[in-house]
Amino acid sequence: MSTPAAPQPQATPATSLLKTLGLVSTVCGLIIVGAYQGTYDAAAANRRLALERTVFKVVPAAKSMAEWQATPQGIRPAAGEPAAGAVKFYAAYDAQGVLAGIAAEGAAKGYADTVRILYGYSPACQCITGFGLVSSKETPGIGDKIVTDREFLANFEALDVKLNAELSALANEVKAVKHGSKANPWQIDAIAGATVTSRAVGKAINDSAQLLLPKLVPELEKLGKKPS
Amino acid sequence: MSDLAQARTFDEFLEGIWRQNPVFVMVLGMCPTLAVTVSAVNALSMGLATAFVLVCSCGLVSLIRNIVPKEVRIATYIVIIATFVTVVDYVIQAVSLAVYEALGAFIQLIVVNCIILGRAEAHASKHPPITAMVNALGMSIGFVIGLLALGAVREVLGAGTLFGLPLFGANFQPWVVMVLPPGGFIVLGAWLLLFSALKRRKEARLAAPGGGHGA
Amino acid sequence: MKASVEIRSAPHIKGPRSVEQIMANVVYSLAPVCAFFVYQYGISAAASILVVTAACLLAERAFVRSGTQAGSLSDFSATITGLLLALTLPPGFPLWMGAVAGVAAIALGKALFGGIGFNVFNPALVGRAFVQAAFPAAIATYTPSFLPGRFTQFIPSSLAWPLMAPADAAAWLKAMQFDALASATPLAKWKFEGALTAIDDLLTALSGHIASGPSPLLILTCGAYLALRRFMDWRIPVAVLGSAGLAAWLIHLADAKYPDAFFVLSSGGLVLGAVYMATDMATSPVTPRGMWLYGGLIGVLTVVIRYYSGLPEGVMYAILIGNAATPLIERVTQPTPFGKGVSIQARKSASYTLHPDYISREEAGAKTPKKRFLKNKGKS
Repeated sequence: MSTPAAPQPQATPATSLLKTLGLVSTVCGLIIVGAYQGTYDAAAANRRLALERTVFKVVPAAKSMAEWQATPQGIRPAAGEPAAGAVKFYAAYDAQGVLAGIAAEGAAKGYADTVRILYGYSPACQCITGFGLVSSKETPGIGDKIVTDREFLANFEALDVKLNAELSALANEVKAVKHGSKANPWQIDAIAGATVTSRAVGKAINDSAQLLLPKLVPELEKLGKKPS
Repeated sequence: MSDLAQARTFDEFLEGIWRQNPVFVMVLGMCPTLAVTVSAVNALSMGLATAFVLVCSCGLVSLIRNIVPKEVRIATYIVIIATFVTVVDYVIQAVSLAVYEALGAFIQLIVVNCIILGRAEAHASKHPPITAMVNALGMSIGFVIGLLALGAVREVLGAGTLFGLPLFGANFQPWVVMVLPPGGFIVLGAWLLLFSALKRRKEARLAAPGGGHGA
Repeated sequence: MKASVEIRSAPHIKGPRSVEQIMANVVYSLAPVCAFFVYQYGISAAASILVVTAACLLAERAFVRSGTQAGSLSDFSATITGLLLALTLPPGFPLWMGAVAGVAAIALGKALFGGIGFNVFNPALVGRAFVQAAFPAAIATYTPSFLPGRFTQFIPSSLAWPLMAPADAAAWLKAMQFDALASATPLAKWKFEGALTAIDDLLTALSGHIASGPSPLLILTCGAYLALRRFMDWRIPVAVLGSAGLAAWLIHLADAKYPDAFFVLSSGGLVLGAVYMATDMATSPVTPRGMWLYGGLIGVLTVVIRYYSGLPEGVMYAILIGNAATPLIERVTQPTPFGKGVSIQARKSASYTLHPDYISREEAGAKTPKKRFLKNKGKS
């Protein structure tokens, strides 16, 4: 270090610098670890609650839920880290512990950013019974109508997602169509003026269902009772 | 003597609220100010989070001001500030996930909010803990007021609600622009205009003969 | 005795015509356009024009009184802003939103910069951009023209309470046996439905029940009056329309799914923008070459925004971008002062930048200031 010669009282010794930094870091480290430990349980509970609330919203009859994953080998209750290529989904049970529906996440590119949704699937009618928004940055007043527009939400009372005969893919691709031109139960009538966001919802459901349902449907009986 | 000391402490407290208001006078910390003020609740949470970090870190910085060599002071301050930001991050997750998601990355970004490092460097490192914390509290309240002023206007016009309570009934027409980024700039500009107009009027009154006793 | 000092915006050349005279003539030439607009849409359009203009005038009055901006009401500039703003809004636009647009136009577009002559952007378009961002649904809601009973009955959305959402125009139209498509503008119809409207209908805007603005032919006629009396420079409208037509024609050649140039040119919005808004003296270049460049930029941008963005209409943003580019355009198109050119030979066309032809687009008959006036100004 080249320092001007004139006004130099004395150089601070290196040990003192190290000591100060070490002390401050130690104290700060302790504070952080303390805060982490102190809030961990509450934060985890919060997260679970938020997830449950969304799942219960798309599967209205549900009273409790369990996390599962679908792997190429079959479905099993999720434990620890999900295996590679596994798709996570949630089995929701009613008050008697009978399967009320299945909720899974889907995502697709919307107008502003990725639109992430959670949709409910009813094995009984092989259809989508509702969806909720996990996160989106769509234009307020236009794109965010997807969760308020009654006509649009009516699409998801029974959106057909039957599998084809070989159970390898959906019989009909779920797709958002131009406002007013819905003709089949697997089509989504887009909101006029928010076509891009409506399409994103359709694509999110389609992509996720194409991946999940062929693995899930053949093994539905495994989900029959709530694992305790 | 103690009266004088009290008056001085009170003055330290008021400085941040009015004379040196971080938002309206110093125009510091604009990143969270513009980004998270789409609703009054978000603005309040952001203000409180910043207030916690500001008061705690100013207190700690002031406590150790005599043992920290000036060569490493900025590094020390940043470590302290980052610590309290991390703590706030955890606490908000534990208290409300909805608020945490609404504020998003801006909680972590409190670290680089220039009010905090600015106060630590300009004030806390030169004053005893009590004074530093009182001053920091004043600054925080000033910041909260600033954010609330923006958040309230933007929420009332942009959503027709205040703190989530509907003000105008179901038929309200929201001003979409207010919850978009341009709305933040327009409302901030309007507030700055109002404050500088008030200031100019006050100065004119003081300057006018017989108008005041001087400040 | 008190001498009153009058502060005026540049130019300070004493000419046979004043700012007031120019502005008043623009207002006169807009009168037939406004009248036609009222004829098309009835009392809702009349109320919209009145409310928006009144809001502009009141805002102007308030800002002039509080000393934040120069100018006075009698120079008619706020009147022009109000009339143009009202003509760009849908006829059934809620009146309270129209008032918001008028105040925003003067406050954000004009007072912020210091008043008449200082504004960077066309105030009417700033106002429209504000309400476009604030009320995107209402500003896209057009109603068909020449409805029966338009002179006795308001379009229901006009009369929305302040701060409240307007009534649904679609239900009202359904009651009058129109489908929802009838209320789409020709541009929106093309953009979202792929349907073209006949050119002669567009040009005159006289055939019943299309949702379009004032007739392009009428605007062109009124603009021609202004251009002939030299209250407006003909170069900018010609450049805007020419470049928009050329761009549309080229794109149509390359890909036939885009409409031909006539469809693009025969929209009231583009013609109104080209004739009345792009030519705003404070916000457009003063150099002749700059005017061509500026008009060309606006025309091309309009076509690009209409074809490749999510919006059906792009004139507003194109002109605002053109306004923003004006200082740069003026800088690069600055004519070479006499004697400073590359060629030593004096050219006949070379002229000094302060020549009235360049500075105000007024008649060359204006008196040029003598040199001693410039010297007396001192350092600047």
